[in-house]
Amino acid sequence: MESVVFIFSLIDCCALIFLAVYFIITLSDLECDYINARSCCSKLNKWVVPELIGHAIVTVLMLISLHWFIFLLNLPVATWNIYRFIMVPSGNMGVFDPTEIHNRGQLKSHMKEAMIKLGFHLLCFFMYLYSMILALIND
Amino acid sequence: MSAPAGLPPRPSAGAAAYAGGPAEVAAPQAGALRRHNGPVQSPMQFPSGYGLHPPNYSVLSGRYSQVPNKAVSPHLDNQYRASYHSTYYSAPAQNVMTPSVATNVLNTQESQQLYNKTSPQTAGSTEGLTQGAISSASYLHTSAQQSYSAFGNHYSTSVSSSVASQGFPLNSDHYTMPVVSSAMYPTVSYPSAAIDSVYGQVYTSQSLPDVGQFKQTNTFSSQSTAVPHSLQQHVPVGYNSTLPTVSSAQSVQDSLSRNLTGSLTKANNQISTGGIDSLQPVQSVSQKAQFTKPGVGTAASSAATSSMRTPAPGLSPEPRSTPSFTQSPESALQEETRSVTSSPVPAPSVPQPSKTSKPFGYGYPALQPGYQNATPPAPVQPSNPGHHPGFQHYQQQYPGVNQLSSSLGGLSLQHSQQPESLRPVNLTQDRNILPVSSLPAPVPNLNSDLRKLNCSPDSFRCTLTNVPQTQALLNKAKLPLGLLLHPFRDLTQLPVITSSTIVRCRSCRTYINPFVSFIDQRRWKCNLCYRVNDVPEEFMYNPLTRSYGEPHKRPEVQNSTVEFIASSDYMLRPPQPAVYLFVLDVSHNAVEAGYLTIVCQSLLENLDKLPGDSRTRIGFITFDSTVQFYNLQEGLSQPQMLIVSDIDDIFLPTPDSLLVNLHESKELIKDLLNALPNMFTNTRETHSALGPALQAAFKLMSPTGGRISVFQTQLPSLGAGLLHSREDPNQRSSTTVVQHLGPATDFYKKLALDCSGQQTAVDLFLLSSQYSDLASLACMSKYSAGCIYYYPSFHHIHNPAQAEKLQKDLKRYLTRKIGFEAVMRIRCTKGLSIHTFHGNFFVRSTDLLSLANINPDAGFAVQMSIEESLTDTSLVCFQTALLYTSSKGERRIRVHTLCLPVVNSLADVYAGADVQAVVCLLANMAVDRSVSSSLADARDALVNAVMDSLEAYMSTASNLQQSVLVAPNSLKLFPLYVLALLKQKAFRTGTSTRLDDRVYAMCQMKSQPLVHLMKMIHPNMYRIDKLIDESAIHVNDKVVPQPPIQKLSAEKLTREGAFLMDCGSIFYIWIGKNCNNNFIKDVLGYPNYASVPQKMTQLPEADALSSERTRSFISWLRDSRPLSPVLQVIKDENPAKTDFFQHLIEDRTEAAFSYYEFLLQIQQQICK
Repeated sequence: MESVVFIFSLIDCCALIFLAVYFIITLSDLECDYINARSCCSKLNKWVVPELIGHAIVTVLMLISLHWFIFLLNLPVATWNIYRFIMVPSGNMGVFDPTEIHNRGQLKSHMKEAMIKLGFHLLCFFMYLYSMILALIND
Repeated sequence: MSAPAGLPPRPSAGAAAYAGGPAEVAAPQAGALRRHNGPVQSPMQFPSGYGLHPPNYSVLSGRYSQVPNKAVSPHLDNQYRASYHSTYYSAPAQNVMTPSVATNVLNTQESQQLYNKTSPQTAGSTEGLTQGAISSASYLHTSAQQSYSAFGNHYSTSVSSSVASQGFPLNSDHYTMPVVSSAMYPTVSYPSAAIDSVYGQVYTSQSLPDVGQFKQTNTFSSQSTAVPHSLQQHVPVGYNSTLPTVSSAQSVQDSLSRNLTGSLTKANNQISTGGIDSLQPVQSVSQKAQFTKPGVGTAASSAATSSMRTPAPGLSPEPRSTPSFTQSPESALQEETRSVTSSPVPAPSVPQPSKTSKPFGYGYPALQPGYQNATPPAPVQPSNPGHHPGFQHYQQQYPGVNQLSSSLGGLSLQHSQQPESLRPVNLTQDRNILPVSSLPAPVPNLNSDLRKLNCSPDSFRCTLTNVPQTQALLNKAKLPLGLLLHPFRDLTQLPVITSSTIVRCRSCRTYINPFVSFIDQRRWKCNLCYRVNDVPEEFMYNPLTRSYGEPHKRPEVQNSTVEFIASSDYMLRPPQPAVYLFVLDVSHNAVEAGYLTIVCQSLLENLDKLPGDSRTRIGFITFDSTVQFYNLQEGLSQPQMLIVSDIDDIFLPTPDSLLVNLHESKELIKDLLNALPNMFTNTRETHSALGPALQAAFKLMSPTGGRISVFQTQLPSLGAGLLHSREDPNQRSSTTVVQHLGPATDFYKKLALDCSGQQTAVDLFLLSSQYSDLASLACMSKYSAGCIYYYPSFHHIHNPAQAEKLQKDLKRYLTRKIGFEAVMRIRCTKGLSIHTFHGNFFVRSTDLLSLANINPDAGFAVQMSIEESLTDTSLVCFQTALLYTSSKGERRIRVHTLCLPVVNSLADVYAGADVQAVVCLLANMAVDRSVSSSLADARDALVNAVMDSLEAYMSTASNLQQSVLVAPNSLKLFPLYVLALLKQKAFRTGTSTRLDDRVYAMCQMKSQPLVHLMKMIHPNMYRIDKLIDESAIHVNDKVVPQPPIQKLSAEKLTREGAFLMDCGSIFYIWIGKNCNNNFIKDVLGYPNYASVPQKMTQLPEADALSSERTRSFISWLRDSRPLSPVLQVIKDENPAKTDFFQHLIEDRTEAAFSYYEFLLQIQQQICK
């Protein structure tokens, strides 16, 4: 049972890693002027909710399977995702707003955020992998 | 250096700044070698280009320290000490030189630096001492070296790339020559001071101590000798006249003289540049001969200084023997650049300075030498053609120099004690800080030629006219760094350039501008990225003068604001025609307000004046709960109305005939405009389907792009984009929370972005008496580069002031210039980066602003940060390029370039602060803050901005009492303006403010150009009942009185007077109860106060003198702005009185501090 939990988490985590990489690539495209702010933001906004859900699922799963440490590790990131999503002003077109992304260094902070998430997910990935192997051996 | 009394530790700063310099010095040879061999465009290069500056700086520091006590009266002691220093001074130079000539040359820049620096640093000192001991010969040597080094500067900058090997031979030549040159141009070090000198430090160092000794030893000394006596005497005279007259006038103050010299040096720098410009082969060989002559030679070489000094005995003729002559060109050049100190007056040979010479910035000077070098590697021979240019150049220069120096001198004189802008002002005690006339923009501290070339502050302003060198310094100053732009301003004079190739930098795409440097005739160096570019063949020909080979005299390089006619490379599609679409609200509410009559009338009147060509197209859409289209196809007998009631899925009934050619269908259009106001008089439709109408408009416009003008009178209540009332009237005067400043839906934003993508701008005219959620509606204009007009409680009968305003605005709106499918890019010198943009546009990529339309009333602001420190440059440039399609279907590029100096001390940063620009930028930032965070945050941020900057200033000026609130003169109005901002509708709390009013004020802050915004923030008030002709100005044969600006305080309002308040878009005339009846009768045309009507918006044309004066004054004020303001006469019992009194921002209101209280609050917080 435990191994199933971690296998699932591992897959989910892989998806999140890919997503983070996708965010970084798209943002850096925007930075280098390869794409326009509008298309960049519409691309990214599409994936904000999937990312949020994907991460929330792992977090909840950890809570359910009583892995406290991993749950607590995931909690802040999941909270941040939800907070960011909720706090989007009503007039904005999503977390990434084409009219503001070039202002006040938003692009940079989005980039930084994506980088941090990528690091976090990589860390989680190895943790899940380790736990999974441990679980499989124990089984 | 000793004795820095009470002065900030400049020297050390200087040293730090040029940290690069010392390192180089340590291993001069290596550095030199590297240079030579290195690729042409080694990074070092550019510093050197600007290199002239740094040395100055360092020198400064040295002097600086000495400055303190000498200011007024030259004490012997001081002088001695000074001389001591000076010796030092020279000594270091020698050191540099001694090792090996070649190296020196190579290093030139560094050496110079060293040279300059030596004084502060001990490193040089040992050598310096030795030098002191050194015989005259050594002195000569030094001088030679100096010349060298000077040369080096040039050399390294310009030449290095092309002529590596040449450098050596040249040097050697020089070397030999140097003796001569040195003799001729004794002073080495002085020149550099110039830059800083502006800031009024007194330099003692210049006066040399032992005159006698020096004299005997060297010609060199002559200069020094001269200094003590002659310098002082001379200063005044020499300056103005360039003349030798030195002899008589006894001591002028030391300080003066010093500054002068300083400025001179600066002048020199410029001059050399200037020379380039004025390459005209003025002087023939014979003149050269003169050159060699003592008087002449000195003059030429040291032109700048020359004016100041008396011909010292020391300046013996021998040095100027013929041999020198051959070399003189170069040496002279070098010297010049450096700043020649000594010189007998050259007057004879020098015609009065001809104005012709225009330097192109520091980079420029480099040009010449580089030039020469590049051509012939061979040493300079008089006969050598390659050198010729130099010669001529030279000669020409020197008149120019004198002139320059004189003008500069004037400048430095002013600043001699302390720059006016840094004078501390005690805010709490100084009650009359307002200037008498409107505040001029501060002039950047550049040399006069650059200043002349610089962009007008009306189109381009920077908050800090002295740009700090590092982000750390900027942070310390606590002032925002940003630009305020008014790029499409109506200009009376604009050079338009038609040329097949538009010269641009190949790497950063900067347009060629007056601040680039020409390395030689074939290459120029970009002033933003420092890349060296080729000058295309076409550019060599100057169409203005019809001459060839003078790329630096092309209009592009002579004007900082130019317009290019762009070729097809700048088009993605054929230039679009002018297309205008009017979307009119015809619901019951709109008909009731009666705006249709005014709009249609204005359109009818201005139909022929709409900007455009034969392709101009026009169309109309009206909407209530349905959307009505008008078929105006040519050939119809009358306009056809097509009603689409399916607002959920809007479509165009006849896509082809809705937008019609203005000229072909003019009759139909006129019919429609005549009929429209009456077509809907009996409508019962109260709903407004604005969203669908906009979607239809977008569909209609998307094939071409153009302008959509939307007239809306209420909250959109149907279809897509419907809005709900969000305003809670009880919250209007809330002091805590103001909500709903942001849009309620992203519909309008998306629509605007769609429009922007199709090159369509949406202009919004909101004429509503009730809440209409401007915060949401404004998005359609904000992101499509439109403009927003708001007429609260508009009614054509009940509110004549608004009706008149609409009429006038429309007239301007319909007839003003317009640019279509525009993009704007703002570039700045490497190291600076723009991180935030303010205004109406869409930022398409990092620095590209997409502007579907551009109009002359649009202003922009950007915030910048300093990403890499600017230590290796002394100037930064900003360039705005606006590419647009004119209404005639021409693709044009309007380019503005602004050049500003870089400074490394906090005091200089404050000295250059442009308080109006700072306040406008802060207003923009505060708007952002209040939308993204909260109004309270924004208000706090504004107060903190004042507090922090004043606190930072006070901590730099250590001698100030901490308990007193002091501001530098440049920022003395800062607290007042910020208080005014806090009392603006946009930011005020506690006073009842309708949400739409507030949002509109915010929109204006973001989109108005500085001139208009300042009027809005801080109106000008004049007393007009006693206008006199004193100090009046004459405009077009009319006498325009110039009453002083009054404080915005009720204390200034007397019952006996009449006051005019100029708020930018509206004029208030307030009549006191006991106002002189004659005034009322003459000017207002009514017998007495009681009979003046409540709503009076016009002044009658009476013959009386006072009436004439008043009207000429008002019309003069009106003419100075594009939007003709509405006039409103206000009496005490008038309800509009509150509008007037709310502008008296220095007074206390129930919800806000008075100015004095505000100051006290700031003071308290600072001292806390």
